[in-house]
Amino acid sequence: MLNPDAKLAANTFDKPEQAPTRDGLGKGLLELGESNPNVVAVCADLAESTRILPFKEKYPARYIEAGVAEQNLATIASGLANYGKIPFIASYATFSPGRNNEQIRTTISINNVAVKIAGSHAGLSVGPDGATHQALEDIALMRVQPNMTVLSPCDAEEARKATLAAAAHPGPVYLRFGREKTPVMTTAETPFEFGKASVVWQQADRRKNPDVAVFATGPLLYNALMAAKEVEAEVSCVVVNIHTIKPLDEAAVVAWAKKAGAVVTVEEHQIAGGLGGAIAEVLARQCPVPMEFIGVHDRFGQSGTPEELLKHYRMDVPNIVDIMKTAKKRKVH
Amino acid sequence: MALSEARIVEIEDKARAIRETILEMLVAAGSGHTAGPLGMADIFASFYFHILNHDPQNPELPERDRLILSNGHIVPVRYAAMAHAGYFPVEECLTLRKFGSRLQGHPERTRLPGLETTSGPLGSGLGQAAGIAYGARMDKKRFRTYVAMSDGEQDAGNIWESAMFAGNNKLSNLTAVIDRNNIQINGMTEDVMPVENLRAKYEAFNWHVLEVDGHNIKQFCDAVDEAKAIYEKPTVIIAHTIPGKGVKEIEFDYKWHGKPPTKDEAKKFLNELRTMGGKIESEHQ
Repeated sequence: MLNPDAKLAANTFDKPEQAPTRDGLGKGLLELGESNPNVVAVCADLAESTRILPFKEKYPARYIEAGVAEQNLATIASGLANYGKIPFIASYATFSPGRNNEQIRTTISINNVAVKIAGSHAGLSVGPDGATHQALEDIALMRVQPNMTVLSPCDAEEARKATLAAAAHPGPVYLRFGREKTPVMTTAETPFEFGKASVVWQQADRRKNPDVAVFATGPLLYNALMAAKEVEAEVSCVVVNIHTIKPLDEAAVVAWAKKAGAVVTVEEHQIAGGLGGAIAEVLARQCPVPMEFIGVHDRFGQSGTPEELLKHYRMDVPNIVDIMKTAKKRKVH
Repeated sequence: MALSEARIVEIEDKARAIRETILEMLVAAGSGHTAGPLGMADIFASFYFHILNHDPQNPELPERDRLILSNGHIVPVRYAAMAHAGYFPVEECLTLRKFGSRLQGHPERTRLPGLETTSGPLGSGLGQAAGIAYGARMDKKRFRTYVAMSDGEQDAGNIWESAMFAGNNKLSNLTAVIDRNNIQINGMTEDVMPVENLRAKYEAFNWHVLEVDGHNIKQFCDAVDEAKAIYEKPTVIIAHTIPGKGVKEIEFDYKWHGKPPTKDEAKKFLNELRTMGGKIESEHQ
């Protein structure tokens, strides 16, 4: 059942509202425009599609155009932050933090300045654009840099909150957004605490431990929820939303792994270095249990509709259901 | 501020002291770059002892001028200049590149107050300086932002992205200095990857371009003053320098780009510097 404390939308399983997570960036920035005069937006010729445009229109003096120059996008943002601004830099995740990775490493992470890197169009669900535009490595690239924080919101509302949280955080932050419309599960009342995992689905009988702990990040959290509901009679699950991949809420991850004894991770990203990798690193040390990874297994994406791609790469609900069953079977009794 | 003859001699003397410290710290470190730091000693002496509005006792002074070092490998010249200016004891220079030192092999902002940025990987200093200058202009701050780059660094695409950005945004509070010493690691710049015509390139990117003898302190300081009077564009000063300037054996030899002198060599070189006294000055004067 849905965790009542998560205060998810009443229509979560019945035609929920659909919006891309990048919309949350746009809304969050507009709020920040009002509340924090130091917030500026820097964009690499993608103001509309990264949803920076409303901020640009409302606060033109605080919008900075970098052109198609992602290396410079990172370095001027480093300078702006060094001076005292809070720059959000927006592009597609394949370009930023993809193309400008070294500039981010040297001038933002080692420099430890408060640049907020918004990577849009992340994941396979970019769809028809194909492999070049489907960022599947960005979490890994950002997670391995000391000083960097990594946020991966599950829906547009959480993306708005993540944007506000990123501005309030004193150091560098990477924020991951998607292009496609995805279900809006969370509400304004849903708690969002930076660095804290949150349970969105729990086993029906709370006196018993769940069979499987599912850790999901990004819009695929919805598929994990759907799968947990569908498989409920056979596999009891707890579904945990990991919106903050770094710093990871290790205490929650270990506690649920211990209770469940089997873990499934769900992400629209390469298995190597992503959420699955992050959780495996923690559990290998603190609570080794059987683990299954839903994500992209060392392949590039390709053109197709988001639905076709999620099915092909085994991230759709039927595949998640199967993998939940596999995880339960692998448990050592 | 007009430069009197006496003041020029004072700055030249600082440059000589900086060169001595560079040689001493490189020998102590046992690795590092020699030619670039020696070649930029006159310019860094000019910055720290004449041009910059700064306070060594308060490196975070909000209204300070910012000096960004883009080609971080010549940082010994900056450390030496900062030490002589009073940011930290000159003796600390001997910790260069050693474990636990604030004086990292390539400069790190978070380790030593006053460094402004982290650099080493080439090509990213101009963008950072442009970002600072842009932010300062948004807030109508009066301080100026300077960035020192190398000529070999002009190979890097990031430089030209940033040059386009600064030119298009008319960042007149930004002054860049290119150390035109004609060497890079693999050889002469015009053999490895020709960067000329630098003047025409920067002019095409909407920059005001000046060329000076980088060992002529008056010429360099005058160019910096001229840049302050240009309100429509950022200015780049192409400073023609001699790599290894001050030590005859090192001058013009690209093989000294990335190695330190041995103890014996340093002894000889230091003697050479000391006997020159304040006489390191432009051969074009």
